Amino acid sequence: MADLAAAPPRAEPGWSIGWGDAGPFLALAALIAIGFLVNPDFLSANNIANVVTRSAFIAIIAIGATFVISSGGLDLSVGSMAAFITGVMILFMNWVAPSVGTAAIPLGMAVALVTGIACGLMNGAIVTLGRIEPFIATLGTMGIFRALITYMSDGGTVAIDRSLRDAYRPVYFGDVLGVPIPILVSLAVALVAAYVLYRTRYGRRCVAVGANEDVARYSGISVARVRTMAFVIQGACVAIAAICYVPRLGAATPTTGLLWELQVITAVVIGGTALRGGRGRIWGTVAGAVILEFIANLMVLSDFVSEYLVAAVQGVIIIIAMLIQRMSKR
Amino acid sequence: MLRKTLIASGVTAALLAAGPALAAEKKIIAVSIPAADHGWTAGVVYHANAAAKEINKAFPDIEVIVKTSPSASAQVSAIEDLSATRKLDALVILPHSSEELTTPVKAIKDKGSFITVVDRGLNDPKIQDLYVAGDNIAVGFNTAKFLVEKMGGKGNLVVLRGIPTVIDDERIKGFQDGIKGSDLKILDIQYANWNSDEAFKLMQDYLAKYPQIDAVWANDDDMLLGVLEAIKQSGRKEIKFALGGNGMKEIIAKVMAGDAVTPVETPYPPSMIKTAIYLTAAHFAGHAPVRGSFKLDAPLITKANAAEYYFPDSPF
Repeated sequence: MADLAAAPPRAEPGWSIGWGDAGPFLALAALIAIGFLVNPDFLSANNIANVVTRSAFIAIIAIGATFVISSGGLDLSVGSMAAFITGVMILFMNWVAPSVGTAAIPLGMAVALVTGIACGLMNGAIVTLGRIEPFIATLGTMGIFRALITYMSDGGTVAIDRSLRDAYRPVYFGDVLGVPIPILVSLAVALVAAYVLYRTRYGRRCVAVGANEDVARYSGISVARVRTMAFVIQGACVAIAAICYVPRLGAATPTTGLLWELQVITAVVIGGTALRGGRGRIWGTVAGAVILEFIANLMVLSDFVSEYLVAAVQGVIIIIAMLIQRMSKR
Repeated sequence: MLRKTLIASGVTAALLAAGPALAAEKKIIAVSIPAADHGWTAGVVYHANAAAKEINKAFPDIEVIVKTSPSASAQVSAIEDLSATRKLDALVILPHSSEELTTPVKAIKDKGSFITVVDRGLNDPKIQDLYVAGDNIAVGFNTAKFLVEKMGGKGNLVVLRGIPTVIDDERIKGFQDGIKGSDLKILDIQYANWNSDEAFKLMQDYLAKYPQIDAVWANDDDMLLGVLEAIKQSGRKEIKFALGGNGMKEIIAKVMAGDAVTPVETPYPPSMIKTAIYLTAAHFAGHAPVRGSFKLDAPLITKANAAEYYFPDSPF
């Protein structure tokens, strides 16, 4: 353990971004340049603010996923979990709103966080105590969370109480000095996460477990505890994303968060985190999430892609972004 | 020991078989529908259960059983199980997919059941005794006609379409036919998969791309919710109309309240399952001839007739 902490052979990324990790940012810059050439409106302040704000949910969840994936795990349940937490939060707020008024909002946020942490703990416990492959364990909980939100909504919509709607709206639509709040939230989450992953003992253990489980165990690291903690961090991040998501449309439905898990994993991998573990890049992940949202935005702003082929072009761009990322590492 | 068990199960089977026989006079109507996985199917489940309750109460000689299935293969199993355990006098089915359900439904027809098909047709229309459906082309066409009239035949439109399916294609085709000959111009048309979140993003992008949008049509109300939120955020005032389709209660409520941007709605109501169950019950209880096709119109819902389409207790 001590030797792990002391060993400095590989340069840790730290706060400054090393040239070798510039891949996702180069891809992002290339994409922005292409976007501007395709349609100058792409760089309008409004459009950039919209798109980066939209990417906040995926970015926040993907930051949590960076911990899970770099520790050698995988969480497929995040999209369903986001929908489930959203549902629980809205139902709770609607329940207490008549007695406490708008104080229901901070209470709801607390409930969301607790729910997220509990969901993460459950995923972690199934994987570590139950010794089940993360892929299968979280595939199971993915179904459970999705069914629960469908059940809570009778297949329809769980909508937030009208009295809370306007009070809560600014959390998605508001801004501080012109910067939309969801962007500030995701920056804050990324700062904390970067500190934890790069500067604390837990962060180093997380990566060590992902790099080589056996070596980590022989070094005295409790692999189960580290992995479980990663899932708990993931749960908390999903909850934070849900808190920012609720005020956008003010409702949860059985299709909320559908396929987010794939976007999240894509963002993490584009960002330079190794899918098999042992390497985590928080700021790369954030760039990855922004890249994905920019691609979707660009598809609409450009005129030369048929609506039927949008998904194919998106796929190609993601692969090219990965290639840029890979080549810059050499 | 083994023998004893066999005898016991034989007795149980006999008792089970006697059950339906005792109530031989009762006509059984089985209703097989998709499970609630989004707003519209949730509405179908709600109205099917409501119809079952009302008919079971009103007609003691009829028993309506509702079964929901999450997928086409589960639906095949469900109707096979239903017909294996009881004699079905009628089957009312809203098929998950036409291809997979055609043969299993035919097998039930061959046993002598009255078959009512709802919304999505089977591949062989000869199987059905009664067909109840909405009019997807009219959903698009009537919306288009409203826009042409109210906008004086000219203006810039953006359109959000759903998931690539026949339903979506028909609505879009109806809309395009409706604006033909006018100077209404569709600036853009993209898929948003009948999802509010995707519609929100797409509308933000439309607003960034086009400085002048006179009207928006989302071919489903879930998407319209996202569209309205994006317009509200942008603060843009030039958009005169934002219309949807399907008859979601939140949107109908807007129409009833006389909303300026969403003054009308076109129905493709999930309550059509109720129409189908009642017509099927009429075949047995009222001795009324019902064989044929019943196509529900998609008339414009305005403030005047909105109450007819408003179901505040339904999830949709």
